[in-house]
Amino acid sequence: MTERTLRGKAAIAGIGETTYYKHGQSPDAEFKLALKAVLAACADAGIDPREVDGFATYGNDRSEATRLAAALGIHELRFSNMHWGGGGGGVAAAVANAAAAVHSGMANCVIAFRSLAQGQFARYGKGAQAPMAMGEDAFLWPYGLMSPAQRFAMKITRFMTENGIRHEALRAIALASYHHAQSNPRAVMQGRPLDEAKYDSSRWIIEPFHRLFDCCQENDGAAAVLVVPADRAKDLPHPPVYLLGAAQGGHHRSAAPVHNAPHYASAHFPTVARNLYEMAKCGPGDIDVLQAYENFTGGVLLGLVEHGLVKPEEANEFLVKENLLAPTGRMPLNTSGGNLAECYMHGLELVNEAVRQLRRTAINQVPDPEIAMVIGGPMVTPVSSLILGTEGTL
Amino acid sequence: MSTTKHALPPGLPAPSTEEPLSAPYWKAAREGRLLVQKCQGCGRHQWGPEWICHRCHSFDLDWVEVKPRGSIYSWETPHHPVHPALTGHGPYTIVLVELPEADNIRMIGNLVGGSGAEPRIGAEVEAVFEPHDEASPPYTLVQWRIVG
Repeated sequence: MTERTLRGKAAIAGIGETTYYKHGQSPDAEFKLALKAVLAACADAGIDPREVDGFATYGNDRSEATRLAAALGIHELRFSNMHWGGGGGGVAAAVANAAAAVHSGMANCVIAFRSLAQGQFARYGKGAQAPMAMGEDAFLWPYGLMSPAQRFAMKITRFMTENGIRHEALRAIALASYHHAQSNPRAVMQGRPLDEAKYDSSRWIIEPFHRLFDCCQENDGAAAVLVVPADRAKDLPHPPVYLLGAAQGGHHRSAAPVHNAPHYASAHFPTVARNLYEMAKCGPGDIDVLQAYENFTGGVLLGLVEHGLVKPEEANEFLVKENLLAPTGRMPLNTSGGNLAECYMHGLELVNEAVRQLRRTAINQVPDPEIAMVIGGPMVTPVSSLILGTEGTL
Repeated sequence: MSTTKHALPPGLPAPSTEEPLSAPYWKAAREGRLLVQKCQGCGRHQWGPEWICHRCHSFDLDWVEVKPRGSIYSWETPHHPVHPALTGHGPYTIVLVELPEADNIRMIGNLVGGSGAEPRIGAEVEAVFEPHDEASPPYTLVQWRIVG
């Protein structure tokens, strides 16, 4: 029987993004940002945008595939896909869905993208403004449990307490992102460095493990990648970046209502990470550079643990700033500044950075990486993650 | 069981208490009783409410009263006000409470009982029924207080 896999079957041929803005500061409407990112990814790939025949996205993106197809005058739409779940849990899944579409023959040239203008629309960090809480929310909102940070914080409390992990481990994650952003002209936080003292004196968002700098920014912008079949990618301007593995979903009842997941103190990757490595035919020791979605630093920690990159009992010792920095750290993390300090583009900026690293054109370049991993929004359901590789890994 | 003044200021979203899936819980809470779902097929409790038993796929889910006692499974103390009603209120504590006598289902509530109430994983808690008689329709929230 033929092996069922996406490994080496599709490649990212183009990446693009708009200028990244602080939330509410984009001069462009959200849909216009989406259009600009799509055009940029096509230009990067050297492909006529009219040749795009599919769009894959996530997080309830408002820029609908059909409107994009009409606005861009594409010849035909063959694939339109929305991955369930809010936030950035679906970032890797959107790329994987695009890859599945081109590998299966359903489409030839698919954009995976995210567009966000939180000035034009509502912010994530604000709680629900509806007068009545329906369904599961009736058991959450009246108790002042409404924002993403609040939904996830008790997982972090439980995990950190059970494993004796200190807040300083999370601080190192924030420091690494801010450090990398300082040399990145795309980064919204360039010119606004972070040190231990500034972190330690920042205000509580939620005790006991969420200070201001443990939480992502909110931003305006858009980012996109262009996914084509592996054979096609060879003839395009950039060295192809191949999809080696992709997985999405969640472990048993990870979305059980009212915080009743049996394995609760989790970012929801236990089964996803297993499936990811199985398809990619590699393990945590093979990852040269890592982009891990920071909605909150605690989620990064859980994601690292569940992908086998850090052991809980070693987290205090291993998660120090020096280990996480490009180019010399033992595990370079979020080398563009990530959600915390480059831009909160729901992780699509992390995919673009992973591609840049493997093309060896990143600003904070890791020496000669062959394999990059992108971990999508932790603690969301469903989550997703992605392993990308150079030609040499096939 | 006792009543207390409200843990949080007025103006937060009110729970929808008349949805078919959850109405029995809210009706009982008005009477100071804690009801959860129990499967008539396999005899196990489940929470939050769902149409089907996730264990045996029976649709025959009954509502049973459980002892309003448990222990803190996790907690958080938000400082940043995410809703206009919370602006200026200051930090408050949310607890996730595990009910050992109901198959370890978990419930969300606020930790009440004054400034001496320090949240701690494992601490024993009991329910405090918090009536919102002024609301239309009125409802009662189930809050938690450390025992002892």
